[in-house]
Amino acid sequence: MSMHQPAFLRSAARCSMAFLAAAFVLLVSPAADATNIERTLSPGGIEIWLVRDVTVPLIAVDFAFRGGAAQDPADKLGVGSMVLDLLDEGAGDLDANAFHELMECKAIELRFHIGRDHIRGTLRTLKENQDEAFELLRLSLTAPQFEANAIERIRAQVMSELQHQTMTPSNIASRTWWDTAFPGHPYARQVNGTLETVPRITADDLRAYARRVFARDTLKVAVVGDIDAATAGRLIDSTFGSLPAKAELLPVPSATPQGLGRRIVFDLDVPQTSVTFGGSGIAPDDPDFMAAYIVNHIFGGGSLSSRLFREVREKRGLAYGISDRLVWLDQTAVMIGGTAVRADATGEAIDVIDDQVRKMAMDGPTAEELTKAKTYLKGSFELELDSSTKIASQLVTMQLDQLGIDYIEHRSALIDAVTLADTKRVAKRMLDGGLLYTVVGRSKDITSKRAER
Amino acid sequence: MQNVSRISFLTWCVVAALAFVPSRSGAKPAPEIAHFTLANGLEVVVVPDHRTPVVTHMVWYRVGSADETPGKTGLAHFLEHLMFKGTKLHPQEEFTQTVATIGGQENAFTSSDYTGYFQRTRREYLKMLMEFESDRMTGLVLSEEAVKPELQVVLEERNMRIDNDPSARLSEQMEAALYLNHPYGKPIVGWRQEIESLTRDDVLEFYRRFYTPNNAVLVVAGDVTAEEVKIFAQETYGKVKRVTDISPRLRPQEPAQEAPRTVTLADPRVAQPSVSRYYVAPSFTTAKTGEGEALEVLGHILGGGENNRLYRALVVDKGIAVNTGADYSGTALDYGRLSIFGSPKPGFTLAQVEEAIDSVIAELLDKGITANELDRAKNRLIADSIYARDNQGTLARWYGAALTTGGTIERVATWAERVRAVTPESVREAAHHWLDKRRSVTGYLVKQTLPGEKVT
Repeated sequence: MSMHQPAFLRSAARCSMAFLAAAFVLLVSPAADATNIERTLSPGGIEIWLVRDVTVPLIAVDFAFRGGAAQDPADKLGVGSMVLDLLDEGAGDLDANAFHELMECKAIELRFHIGRDHIRGTLRTLKENQDEAFELLRLSLTAPQFEANAIERIRAQVMSELQHQTMTPSNIASRTWWDTAFPGHPYARQVNGTLETVPRITADDLRAYARRVFARDTLKVAVVGDIDAATAGRLIDSTFGSLPAKAELLPVPSATPQGLGRRIVFDLDVPQTSVTFGGSGIAPDDPDFMAAYIVNHIFGGGSLSSRLFREVREKRGLAYGISDRLVWLDQTAVMIGGTAVRADATGEAIDVIDDQVRKMAMDGPTAEELTKAKTYLKGSFELELDSSTKIASQLVTMQLDQLGIDYIEHRSALIDAVTLADTKRVAKRMLDGGLLYTVVGRSKDITSKRAER
Repeated sequence: MQNVSRISFLTWCVVAALAFVPSRSGAKPAPEIAHFTLANGLEVVVVPDHRTPVVTHMVWYRVGSADETPGKTGLAHFLEHLMFKGTKLHPQEEFTQTVATIGGQENAFTSSDYTGYFQRTRREYLKMLMEFESDRMTGLVLSEEAVKPELQVVLEERNMRIDNDPSARLSEQMEAALYLNHPYGKPIVGWRQEIESLTRDDVLEFYRRFYTPNNAVLVVAGDVTAEEVKIFAQETYGKVKRVTDISPRLRPQEPAQEAPRTVTLADPRVAQPSVSRYYVAPSFTTAKTGEGEALEVLGHILGGGENNRLYRALVVDKGIAVNTGADYSGTALDYGRLSIFGSPKPGFTLAQVEEAIDSVIAELLDKGITANELDRAKNRLIADSIYARDNQGTLARWYGAALTTGGTIERVATWAERVRAVTPESVREAAHHWLDKRRSVTGYLVKQTLPGEKVT
């Protein structure tokens, strides 16, 4: 339910696009003053990336474990997601009620998020409550109760959400896309499970998942705010030190997206058609990554001036928003995007996108577009480093992507090194195979088609 | 396990003396907010934050959908979109292209009471942003070719936000039913048939009526000083002439509301039914002293906090609801709103959930709130003002929204002490007065069963 939104969020404007875009700007630019990053080892041997800033009396912690929904057993899909939902529903000696009361009383914010390959978590606390905050995090990770009533409460919420998603056009489109692109692979899964598997999940399944995945060897941590290295080391040790040394992870097979060139249409009686589109991507460990990132930015990435935005929205008024992004996972990389278009113009919109794919694959960006994209990418990163919370998040992302602690300093040079020839070559490499489209709505002017090649 | 017992011991709660005071750790006090008005009437707020060389630059106009001419809903929002179409000095998309080229972010938003435009960039571009933004304050040029596709964009935005989403459609109908006379009942994005008939002339007339420096607030947050902002503002916005005088924002007010209303929306795509209720309440601007803060605490205890009464009763204890919550929104010129919702677990009805909600309300009216509950809520709400200081954009929005809904700088800056002054009596009094069903609308979101389909 989204009924209690403050007036600011009710504003019916262009906001969603920019915020969506901002969430995926990953690449860094010249060193921000606030990011004097210190790498420190806790006495117990846990590596911490630390930025000390005493301006505001708060501490932001961000952390990640390898794992994610790809580690769910095939008959228990959604178990990892349910574990995270239950971590603050009672832990140690505190029942759910006491745990939540303490969080509220001390204004402690504890959030978890599951992706396909990773679990991410954030802790935010006022400095004066730091000990209680880290203690709650410790309890949630090392001693979750998985109490029977709490499990049923959360299960009912997950089932309700899954039911809702079966009727939500954008979710159907996206689910169908992943399912078609990665048939039978863990990446095809929805991270919150299915209506069939969630009812089967037991307390033992939840405990087993937590035991296998929460471990020190895959942990990445960043701490930002009003805290020194010694205190951070002590608190990080007390929080994570008693976790198992090693995670027990199932291997995830490598994969490439399938079904490129196909269009899959799903009939639903709604006034607007949801479209997910995507194709091959390029991962950060690939020498072509920066060129790919630039090409994607120009094609449909994060600004109000991409080719897709201009052609679909500004020139033709077919949609309110359209964008795409590069997504890299441990075992694959894709570019994936979405839009919602007027039902009677769905075919036209897809033709416009396809036309842009062909043009970009054939000719690549122009010199002017490349110059602008470079200055954009160099200038934009600092906007993601203007709060303790955002800095902590970026530092964990940099660790996950193995970019190195000095990445912020040499990132501009990496961007500048990309040539027009690189972008033309990489545009062809990414887009020449065409895209897979999944379309949900009353789209009379378009039908499913198999790949032409 | 020493730590665990220490924590259990601390589960009781006291209101900490925090927010806007230096903490023991030697943290610096909250930044000095500067506030001044240029000769042409433009109000300026500066919120320094020197941690990162980044600025947030926002212009807020005191005009929103509630200021629209009857029959032309969606006009304020449509104009917001068209403000990106260029001026004589900077035609077409020059502004947007420039912001993109320097790696900036930009966007805009419309509410019932205000319309805002913002950019975020490195600090050295601030003056350039101010030149662009002050230029489009009165210099907009609109061609029919620019207006036409944008109208389609706005219609698709309406489709996306409202028409494709049954719960948003219900919410729109409930708001329309909540206000008998006040324009807050009209959707910000506009009714479809009225959006379709908006013209270039409508937009330009509206623009000339409301977009003038004496009807705007400039908020600059980030790595800046008040002195430099003042100089830049005088050199840019200071040159913009007043277009018109602005008359007081007097909207038709609500009559005595005498009958509770109910609205039902049925749609085959409803997978999770729910019941919602909106009550008319005063806004921070129209409330008596202390009343808005009491309503904020009331919303938090009833259904906003980590362990609120509705969740405990409906989801945990009775086990009849999947989810529930409540909220007070008071940032508005004329009216605020108390909102409540609940969604039943399979096997339970909307009537059962509604009845349970009503009994939670009845108990609160009867017995009031506990001291512990109040302290927890206060700590959480006061801490929000410290967390806000971690984000220059959040602070900028707080100030901009306050100043365009009849509030003051002081109101934002004294948030912590105002919350601290709330008493159990003031919460109970606010609850008694404003949780009155005669001033409410209750909405039911239900699954529509298609012919031939079985009811499950």
